[in-house]
Amino acid sequence: MSEDVLRIRTPIGIHYRYSAGPNASSHLRGLMEGKFIGKRCPSCTLVYMPPRSTCAKCGVLLGEDVEVGPKGTITTFCIVNVAFLGQTIKIPYVAATILIDGADLGMQHLIQECETSDVRMGMRVEPVWKPREEWQPSLANITHFRPTGEPDADFDSFSGQL
Amino acid sequence: MRDVAIIASAQMANVSTTTATPVEMLLPVINEALANAGMSRADIGFWCHGSCDYMTGQPFSFVMAVDALGAWPPIIESHVEADGAFALYEAWLKIQAGEAETALVFGNGRSSSGDINRTLSLQLDPYVVAPLWPDDRSIAAIQARACLEAGVVTSRQMAAVAVRNHRNAQSNPNALRSGSYSVEGLLDAEVVADPLRALDCPAHADGVTAVILASADTARRLSTRPAWIRGIDHRIDTQNLGNRSMTTLPSAIVAAHKAGVGNDKVDVAELHAPFTHQELLLTAALGLTDATNINPSGGALCANPMMSAGLARLAEAASRIINGTADRAVGHASSGPWMQQNLVCVLEGE
Amino acid sequence: MSGATSDYTIAPDGSFTAPLELFYPYKRTVGPTLSRFLTGLRDQRVEGTRGKDGRVHVPPAEFDPVTGEPMTEWAEVGSQGSVVSWSWQPSPVDGNVLQHPFAWALIRLDGADTALLHGVDAGRSDAMTTGMRVRARWAEERTGSITDIACFEPVTSTAVVARGGS
Repeated sequence: MSEDVLRIRTPIGIHYRYSAGPNASSHLRGLMEGKFIGKRCPSCTLVYMPPRSTCAKCGVLLGEDVEVGPKGTITTFCIVNVAFLGQTIKIPYVAATILIDGADLGMQHLIQECETSDVRMGMRVEPVWKPREEWQPSLANITHFRPTGEPDADFDSFSGQL
Repeated sequence: MRDVAIIASAQMANVSTTTATPVEMLLPVINEALANAGMSRADIGFWCHGSCDYMTGQPFSFVMAVDALGAWPPIIESHVEADGAFALYEAWLKIQAGEAETALVFGNGRSSSGDINRTLSLQLDPYVVAPLWPDDRSIAAIQARACLEAGVVTSRQMAAVAVRNHRNAQSNPNALRSGSYSVEGLLDAEVVADPLRALDCPAHADGVTAVILASADTARRLSTRPAWIRGIDHRIDTQNLGNRSMTTLPSAIVAAHKAGVGNDKVDVAELHAPFTHQELLLTAALGLTDATNINPSGGALCANPMMSAGLARLAEAASRIINGTADRAVGHASSGPWMQQNLVCVLEGE
Repeated sequence: MSGATSDYTIAPDGSFTAPLELFYPYKRTVGPTLSRFLTGLRDQRVEGTRGKDGRVHVPPAEFDPVTGEPMTEWAEVGSQGSVVSWSWQPSPVDGNVLQHPFAWALIRLDGADTALLHGVDAGRSDAMTTGMRVRARWAEERTGSITDIACFEPVTSTAVVARGGS
């Protein structure tokens, strides 16, 4: 017959049920209401958005819910020019770290509705939501962020994030 | 060799399923272990973690687990993709090497995230075995039949193992399954994976164990009766299922010898033998007799949180030294559907 | 990775849960030893490696488990064999070779000294016994995989079976 077998396909598919846990779920509930709900560390007072179960710095459960945003500031970003398996967005596009107003840690999202060459650190952005009837407990309720047109944030206001 | 002891531990009460994230499971157990030792996070020189990403279905979940540690200022941390007992071995080596005086070792598993039997297929040979998706219970059942037909174990002995473990588990608040059964009653029970009956098979659980190790001076300062690690060894058999004895545990025999199990009496043994026939094989491999109290906790049969059940056995064995009810104890951890990897730890009080 | 977020539920403690499907489309290079074994299966031929002690390993071992030396001597074995031990799978899962109840068995092929794990299409558990004779049922489409043997099936004929191998 044909050539020797040098390689085999061994696909692995596993079904799970993921739980966001009782602590970070208020964030998901907020997304279903069109709000950004972060959480404050009772020890160091940092506001996590999106929240995690614990403060990674202090090793304690995060405490009170804090509504933040919805606007934010781009702290850093990259322009994606390379296609990869599973990519759903047309290249080139911008992936950015956005510091939501009132939060102390950045989150990742897409920047659209502007030229990739116009995106810059300090740029002010706001979320663009899908139609309300499509909302799920997911950050995918926001298709992307877009420039607000406000003046850029001072570098000093976000330099601690870098 | 440096003297190293287990000075404290804590466990999550095992559950069949939880909504908590791995971090939310870990945090209270780590806090409890620290409190039991009278230590704070800053007192820990080395953190070592055992878990398996396939269990939670979250690639790099072991990185997220660091959220439970309070890793600021930076800590020294390591991880093994295995039961926490193997993380304990790494931590013991770290202290032997003089690179740490204390270590907090933890293992966690969230078996309920997926179909645990199916997930465990992935620990088998990935070329000619795992593509068939054989489940853990079926593989163990093949071993059980070989043992039964060779006359190495009997169904009655297996049932007696189940009866004893479930009875012992009644006094273990962390056990998932417990009860009062009779050998005859169990022998009448339905076969679920021929020749295994339901209570021959482990109660898969979501759980966490944390253990604190300390070198001699620290151990004596913090504990009135540390559980000294007098021997620890781990060995592994071939991964090839068809080229290994099904009626003995070769690597456990070597590990037990190297750890010095037979050098003196053994008051208590906590054995990570998920299936009843495996406890009988392991008891023989370790050379244990009726003089040893086996699995006072109910063992892995009554709560088998993946990646934590082995470390839990070491914690249970140590707790009986620490509370003075035993002078010499054996803790054992394993992995593989036929217990192809075995870690044996001999603990003594002073 | 995928999952239907719309299938979420909210637990009594407020936790959101949702299905999560992980899929890894792994391809593996098999190396020279498994290459020969899997190429053989594709061509309906079963081969194993012979150790210094003369034992024939099927599936093949890459290194001699006793001496640690590479195993380079090959032996063809039969596609029939005997059941060494077995268990019963009453409810097959995705990926199993049979989707109705079947036996898992360790099978020592004629001429081999070690055993191979596979499924046996025995119909009922009381049709299984240790020592029973089984033969490979070859898959119609073979690609060089352990599943080129679709499963094993009981040998009902009483004819004497020639021993394979050399």
